[in-house]
Formats: sequence, structure tokens, C-alpha cells
Amino acid sequence: MLENHFFNEMFDNEEVREPYRQVIEWVRSMPSDHVAVKHSEAEKLFRRIGITFVTYGDKSDAERLIPFDMIPRILTPREWRKIESGVRQRARALNAFLMDVYDAGEIVRAGKMPAELVYRNPAYEHEAVGFKPPQGVFGHIVGTDIVRTGADEFFVLEDNCRTPSGVSYMLENREIMMRMFPSLFQTNRVAPIEDYPEILRRTLSSVAPPKCDRDPVIAIVTPGAMNSAYYEHSFLADMMGIELVEGQDLFVDDDLVYMRTIRGPERVDVLYRRVDDAFLDPLCFRSDSMLGVPGLMNAYRTGGVSICSAPGVGVADDKAIYTYVPEMIHFYLGEEPILNNVPTWRCSNPDDLAHVLDQMSELVIKRVHGSGGYGMLVGPTSTKKQIEDFAQQLRAEPHDFIAQPTLALSTSPTYVEEQLVPRHVDLRPFCLVGKTTYVCPGGLTRVALKEGSLVVNSSQGGGVKDTWVLVE
Amino acid sequence: MLSRTAQCLYWMSRHMERAELNARLLEVGYRIALMPSTSSGYQSEWASVLSAAGAENGYARKYGPAKQQFIEQYLFHDLDNPSSIASCIHHARENARIVRTALTTQVWDVINTVYQEVQSLAQQKYLPANLPTICDWTTRQASLLRGAIESTQLEDEGYDFLNLGYFIERADNTARLLDVKYYVLLPTPAAVGSEVDHYQWSTLLRAMSAYRAFRWAYPGLQTPDKVAHFLILNAACPRSLLHCLSRASRHLDQLENILERPTEAQNLVAQLKTSLINRNIDSIFDEGLHEFLNDFTRQIAALGETIRTSYFLGGF
Repeated sequence: MLENHFFNEMFDNEEVREPYRQVIEWVRSMPSDHVAVKHSEAEKLFRRIGITFVTYGDKSDAERLIPFDMIPRILTPREWRKIESGVRQRARALNAFLMDVYDAGEIVRAGKMPAELVYRNPAYEHEAVGFKPPQGVFGHIVGTDIVRTGADEFFVLEDNCRTPSGVSYMLENREIMMRMFPSLFQTNRVAPIEDYPEILRRTLSSVAPPKCDRDPVIAIVTPGAMNSAYYEHSFLADMMGIELVEGQDLFVDDDLVYMRTIRGPERVDVLYRRVDDAFLDPLCFRSDSMLGVPGLMNAYRTGGVSICSAPGVGVADDKAIYTYVPEMIHFYLGEEPILNNVPTWRCSNPDDLAHVLDQMSELVIKRVHGSGGYGMLVGPTSTKKQIEDFAQQLRAEPHDFIAQPTLALSTSPTYVEEQLVPRHVDLRPFCLVGKTTYVCPGGLTRVALKEGSLVVNSSQGGGVKDTWVLVE
Repeated sequence: MLSRTAQCLYWMSRHMERAELNARLLEVGYRIALMPSTSSGYQSEWASVLSAAGAENGYARKYGPAKQQFIEQYLFHDLDNPSSIASCIHHARENARIVRTALTTQVWDVINTVYQEVQSLAQQKYLPANLPTICDWTTRQASLLRGAIESTQLEDEGYDFLNLGYFIERADNTARLLDVKYYVLLPTPAAVGSEVDHYQWSTLLRAMSAYRAFRWAYPGLQTPDKVAHFLILNAACPRSLLHCLSRASRHLDQLENILERPTEAQNLVAQLKTSLINRNIDSIFDEGLHEFLNDFTRQIAALGETIRTSYFLGGF
């Protein structure tokens, strides 16, 4: 595939696009060996601070760094306005959808979504039926994965409402950039993101439960130090000045939740949980589990504690539900979607299925409940045999599959082997929903460091960049 | 502060102190092994080192008869041995990682670096001549951590738990080291007062980095009762049992001030301290040093358990 096939965020033919002009000048003015020195300096800083993620089943070097690329990814005010309002709109629609499907289910009654898809969905949580969380919010932290394919073309790949991660990288990337290149921030007007932890704290305080009659005590619930995102959990706890707890640190007494402290029990009002529903309360979800806090769901339902994100939120970020988000925006908000979905064929629809079977070698076909690349076919890179085998599965269980075109992700200048080269990127902005809604200006840009690769996952050689939103 | 946070701080320093004990034990082992003759020959020093480390059974299962190379391996690198130096450093670092945000950057930096280095030491080829170097390395790392804590940590409740860990573990360690010398190395009464006996006491002092301090505190001839007095009853010696109990007691009292509640642990440590103050070295020798030390380590274990129930449960 030709490089110019993709939207290049830095070059418009030979011309450097406006937002990148100063940065490119800065890079070009640096002696070439200086760039390499700065690059390794950044890596040392990351390792010193200990910003690492844990990989499972690898004893030798259990903690790895996510490669950091020091060339920022830059968005103009106009580009950001579109992303920001689009993300905000989706977060509103998704929360309206959640309030609805755990209540009257109007969207299903109106025939806009199939009942089976919602109520038979493995992520639909019966424990949440009929409960109205404070401020009507289920998803308090929404991470929307966005890809760009042209100057004005942005598509949403997926919505993450459960426990989206990566925000610590967003904050640390900026911290490191400001430490290493302060002059860049004098010549470029970059929207600040440093108040994210404070706004997160305010968001969580704004959804305190009915029984809380004081400045709410908040804690983050982590699965523990073995979790791959543990650094992020402890980082956020530290930045917000709140406790980082595991299930064993909590107990329920008389439908109130307490932390075990050296002073004895201390009541906690809001839990920002970074664990799955299944590990919240063994009395409700998994009686075989020793993990979780017995009685927590009762405390939640009786207004003793708020859980963020609310139990049951997962039904909103399911892959099959995703295809209905534009419908949700029409139905609940009466608006047109600002950010489009990637065109998606639902194989449950016979016409779509016929089209997909015809075009398999050009499409990406996914299982609706799968994740992490399992049960997936990438048409352009598959053999004829693989495609034929997959077609059989597709015909046997069409309901389980969706298909999308292979997207031409935009590229951003990236520093690889002492050269500036275009590499494919995506973007995850973070939206906080409580009494008010806030989209942090920027987000996490992930970059595929391998030439031509479209896979930005950190587990497959992806890196991260600081993301700038320029201010007018 | 979460009970679990307090517990991690406490165990971080206990493990680091325990790593230091193993280094000191290995030092006793190789120094005494340099002596040409002891009553029961070459093997017994190393066997006694294993016994003081509480590692006899684990070692025997894995390697059989005591042999210097394997003992070194077992007490330093072996992750199957839960109290090897490498294991202790792993545990200390894991506890630190869990409560990273309760530690200063400098403290974290030291413990994280020690951890990286112990992994690279494990890659090196075995050479008997390396033993003094790795013992030295371990005690130096322990000092670095101690220094980072003293010079950067806020003196709040976390600091008290870090120190409690240190002094509870050190009390136990000093008792074990003393016991190697008195009971294990020299079981025959005939040898008491001999050249060998004298050399072993000196070795013990050296291994505890206390030889010169002892000289300052006790003019005249070095005798076993002076050394024992120094390591048990002299509150000015930073490794003595009395010193450790006094410091543990002080930190428990500070915790009472912060938490505004007295605890069982506080009473127990005060009792232990008082009963030590009321002892003299003759009565300890009359009772039997080994019996006394055995009894002491049991009481320290009970104190550890009481600290757990006093602070780490966090219930109503």
C-alpha cells in the first residue's frame, strides 16, 4: 500500500500542515545526535518513575516500558471542537441508554433495537434493574477510541465505559514533555490537562450516595499489584489524594462500606472501581469467588455507597451494541451523530451477510463478544483457506459476527531509528460524567511503531505520544 | 492509613533487615571456616549458620549435606528459600511496590535499584572469592535504604511502621546470631575460654559491624559475658535486644499519640523491655544463654502477632 494512501497529519503533499510547523522547525534545528540523547533521557525518566506495565507469565522482565515517542501529536482547535463535542454527545447518549435499559426499555419498545441483543447480552446485569444511580450516571469515565482517515474524517472504533485505562500515560507523557522541552510550551499554546485528577475527584464527589451527608470519602478499588494497570491505579490515587484499596481492605456493616485502617473502620462513600462486576460482591455475582466484598451490592442498592462505573455499565460498550449508538443519539437526544461509527455490517441481517461473504478478503470480521483480537479475521492479510474456514463459521452463526472495512488510519510524525517517519496513530480522549460533563483536551495517542502496521496495542509493539490540543 | 499499607511498610523493612541478617550469617560462616580447627571440624560452622537462618530442613531437602557453595547459593540466591537474601529483597520490593505512594521517590529508587541489581548478581558465575563482596553489598544496600528512609520519609504513622519492622526483626536477628555462637558452634564446655572460643566471639562482633563499638564500650579483656552484655543489655548498642525493644516501644508510643488509642502491642513491648532491664548478665548465664535466647525469640514472635492484631485487622 502506498504511504500517500493514508492521511498524513504532518504533510499536505510537500507542505507542512499548520499545527506541526513550529514543532518540525524545532526538531530540524536540533543537532541530530541531540535528538537521540533526549530520546534515551526520556526513557530513563520513565523507568526511574516506574511507569511500567506488567506482562503476565513472563518472569524474566515482568515490568516493561511502553515506548514513548517525543514528537507530540497535534490537533487544531477546530479539529478538537469536533472530537470534543462528538465524545460528549456519545457519553450522554450511552448514559441515557443505560438509564433506559435498566428501567422501561423505551428504545426496545420503540423497535429501534432488538430486545434479545440487550436483555440476553452477557453484559446485561440483572442486579442493576430498577436502580437509578446518583445523577443518572452509569458510565462516569468514558474512553472513546477514535481513528482519523482524512482532514475532516474521524470515526469511533469503540466506546469504553467499564474501566478505560491509559489516562496515567496521558498525564505522564505531558509531564515528561514539559520537563524535557519547556521551550516548546512557550512557543506553542497547548491546552493544559494537569487538572484531570482534580476534575475526576470532583466528578466522583458529585455522585455521592444518598446516605452520604459530608464531604464524600472516595477510594479506588484495584485488583492488586499484579494487575497490568496497577501503576495507573496507584498514580491516580496519589494524584487525587485518596486511598487505593483491594477487596480485602473493605467490609460492609449495616449496609455501609468501611475501609480497614490502623485507626479502625473508616466509612467510604464513593468507590472508583477498576475491577470487573464479577469481583465486586461474591454474594451477587460469583458465589465461588473469594474476591470482592460480601454485601457491597446491598450497600449500593440501599444508597450506602456509590460504585463508579455503576454495575451493569458493560452492556453499553459491547461490540454489537456499538452499531446502535447512532440510533441512540437520534432516539434519546434527537441529534445527528457528530462522530460517525465505522461502517459496520451486522451479519445477523441477511443482506449484510451476503455482502460480507462476497467481500471477505477486504473486510475485518469480528465476533461481537470477543476481545483482544480473538475470533477475528483480517481479510487483506488472510489466506484463501483461512477465509473459507471463517466463512463456514460465519454461515453457521451469523448473529455472532460484525464486519467492518479495513481502515486507512492517519499517520503522525514519529521518531524511529533516528529519523522522522510517518506512523499510524489512534486517539483515546477521556470524558468524565457526573453532575457536569468534561472532556479532557487531548487524550492518549497510541502509535504503531512498526512500518506499515495498523496495530497500536502496547502488547504488540505500540507506543504512546503526548497529545496536544492547540488553543486559539 | 489503610491497615494493609501499614502492613506492607512494616514487612518491607522486616524483609530488608532479614536480608542483612543472612549476609551477616554468611560472613560468620566464612570467617569461622577460615580457622584451621574447631572441635567438630569444618562442617559444623556451616551447619550452624544454616540452623541460625532457620534453613536446615529446606536446605537438606534440596542439597543434602552441608557444603559451602550450596549453602551460599541457598542463603543468597535461591528463590525456593523464602528467607534467602534474594527472596527477602523480592519481598521487600514487592511490598514497596504495593505502597509506592506511601514512600518517597528516593526510598523507592533505592529499593527498586537493589532489586534490579540482585537479579543481575544472580547471573554471575559462582566464585568462592565473591562471598565477602556479596555480603558487603547486601549490608551496604540495607544501609542505603535505611538512610533514604531517615533522610526523606515524613515522620508520620508510616515511619513508625517502617521502624517497628526494623526493630522487631533486628531483635530476632541478634538473638539468632548470638545463639549460633553460644549454642551451636561450641557445644563442649571444655572449649569455653579457649583460643577458638575467643576468636568466635570476635567474629560474631565483626559480623555485626560491632567490633570497634564493643572496644569503645568495654575497656580491658574481651570476655564472653561482656560480649553477651553488649548484645543483650546495653541499650547504647544499636543491635542489642534492649535497644531494639526500646525503639519498638518508642514507635508504638508515637502511634498511640497519632491514633489516640493504646494497644495491646504497646503493653506487651513495655513488659518485655522492663523484664530485660531487670535482668543482669550473670542471671542470664545461670539460666543458660541458649534457653534465654530461645525464650526471647518466642516472645518476639508473640509480639509480632500482637502487632498484627492491634493494627492490621482494621475491624470494629
